[in-house]
Amino acid sequence: MGQLSLSGVTKNFGPVDVIKGVDLQVADGEFCVFVGPSGCGKSTLLRMIAGLEDVSGGSVTLDGRDITHLPPARREIAMVFQSYALYPHLTVRDNMGLALKQAGHPKAEIRAATDRAAALLSLDALLDRRPAKLSGGQRQRVAIGRAIVRRPKLFLFDEPLSNLDAALRVQTRIEIAKLHRDLGATMVYVTHDQVEAMTLADKIVVLRGGRVEQIGAPMQLYNDPDNTFVAGFIGSPQMNFLNSGAMGLSSHSAGVRPEQLQVTDGPAAIGGTVSHVERLGGETLVYVHTQDHGLLTARLFGEHDRAVGSAVGLGFDPARLFHFDKDGRRLR
Amino acid sequence: MSQTRQSPARTLAAHAVLILWVLIALFPVFVTVVNSFKSKKAIFTAPLALPGPDTFDLVGYRTVAQQGDFLAYFQNSLVVTCLSLFLVLLFGAMAAFALSEYRFRGNTLMGLYLALGIMIPIRLGTVAILQMMVATGLVNTLTALVLVYTAQGLPLAVFILSEFMRSVSDDLKNAGRIDGLSEYRIFFRLVLPLVRPAMATVAVFTMIPIWNDLWFPLILAPSESAKTITLGSQVFLGQFVSNWNAVLAALSLAILPVLVLYLIFSRQLIRGITAGAVK
Repeated sequence: MGQLSLSGVTKNFGPVDVIKGVDLQVADGEFCVFVGPSGCGKSTLLRMIAGLEDVSGGSVTLDGRDITHLPPARREIAMVFQSYALYPHLTVRDNMGLALKQAGHPKAEIRAATDRAAALLSLDALLDRRPAKLSGGQRQRVAIGRAIVRRPKLFLFDEPLSNLDAALRVQTRIEIAKLHRDLGATMVYVTHDQVEAMTLADKIVVLRGGRVEQIGAPMQLYNDPDNTFVAGFIGSPQMNFLNSGAMGLSSHSAGVRPEQLQVTDGPAAIGGTVSHVERLGGETLVYVHTQDHGLLTARLFGEHDRAVGSAVGLGFDPARLFHFDKDGRRLR
Repeated sequence: MSQTRQSPARTLAAHAVLILWVLIALFPVFVTVVNSFKSKKAIFTAPLALPGPDTFDLVGYRTVAQQGDFLAYFQNSLVVTCLSLFLVLLFGAMAAFALSEYRFRGNTLMGLYLALGIMIPIRLGTVAILQMMVATGLVNTLTALVLVYTAQGLPLAVFILSEFMRSVSDDLKNAGRIDGLSEYRIFFRLVLPLVRPAMATVAVFTMIPIWNDLWFPLILAPSESAKTITLGSQVFLGQFVSNWNAVLAALSLAILPVLVLYLIFSRQLIRGITAGAVK
């Protein structure tokens, strides 16, 4: 169980509004990701759900119970932090068992719960070590284990992969996804990395400046963004925005994904010169400087040879364009 | 630090300066200790000479042992120093935690107010303090000294510790809150161990002036039962005659406890001073 709902949640620090009214429903067992640029309020919102930050207005309910003003320990939640936040003076086992011990569970039960979580995360061999003797990846697994042991209704992750190196990040990402499948628990996850959001989420909440820009499944946001911000934020490399007027279109701007652009030698819809090429093996990114639209990115699959400075044409299927008005809203 | 190669001449020069400074700093201590083992005549004829077979004399220590109640003075000094130290560290750390951890109206103002004591010498308030102590009937008690020294040590303690507490990870404290630890447990079990080097620094800076102080014991607690060791040593300094053997012996003995406390804290202290620099 773990159905989270936020209604009209606001937060202000003095005169500054940080969260400007957020309504959100997270269904039981759903993996919800808050994504947005730094300073968009996603971490603050997570900390408000955790009870680490006061809620200025609105309400937070978990399984129908109003938890808006409950202290964190009584909300039946668990949180994994970016900096791991393990207790330096306790062994891995004690770190994982502390919450249950505080809640007054019998020793045998705590032991069984920590053993179970340790087995799930293959931490068995590390149980008697202290955090200082663990690597970054191991520490983050212990932090996740500490969350599992509590059997919370809701898991909260605050950029848990940001301190890990690239290889470990991918591996831990897969582990978290697997954990979500195995536990079937509700999870809320904060990240600024749209790849993490796309790969993990059932539902993505895109935030900007303390406001929700769009909520939806990853592919829904990718294929049907509501505005230029979401269109630009989801998908990597970023969507290209074309100047509609230069192409005789009625909208203010038109977005086209880099993978939708074809690079041709002959004349095409848009002409330009290659300004830079990035070869990644499986794909090639061609940056083309154009007169009317500035720098555009084309994403080609496989290896392609394009000389910097050579003239190319860019073609696209007009049906795949996203049209936006001058305020950045999508014209459908 | 040891990796960088320096020219031998520079190393030598640096060491020469350091050694010179050590000699200057230790000279008064050296003279005090050496002379405490000499006869009175030898102290005056050759104050810098080491005690030889014919000048060696334990008369100072014998006098100290016989005259006055030096064991009691020692005890008073230790009680006052340790109690004040404990209270300064406890209250200082608690105030620092509150100032660095909680957002409340007047937080910055409160911090400034608490730090004001660093700039204003407490001795300016001696008359008022004495009046207060008389009014509360605390004159000639160790309590009076403990209270005054706690007040004297707190500003610096709050100032230094709040800076260090700010550096303790917020995530760690929040993890504790989610796991259901009380604010007191978070403070005592999570935060205090992490600022231990800073506590040691504060402890040393607080302890030494208290142990060495003559002013407040003389004014607030001059009675025989409440005398501290620095005040007790003064009985051998008369207006016309001074028993230098006894004074020097008493002072030599007074160095010992503070030295022991310093050794306990110094390992932590060095870590505290270099914490920001090498990390």
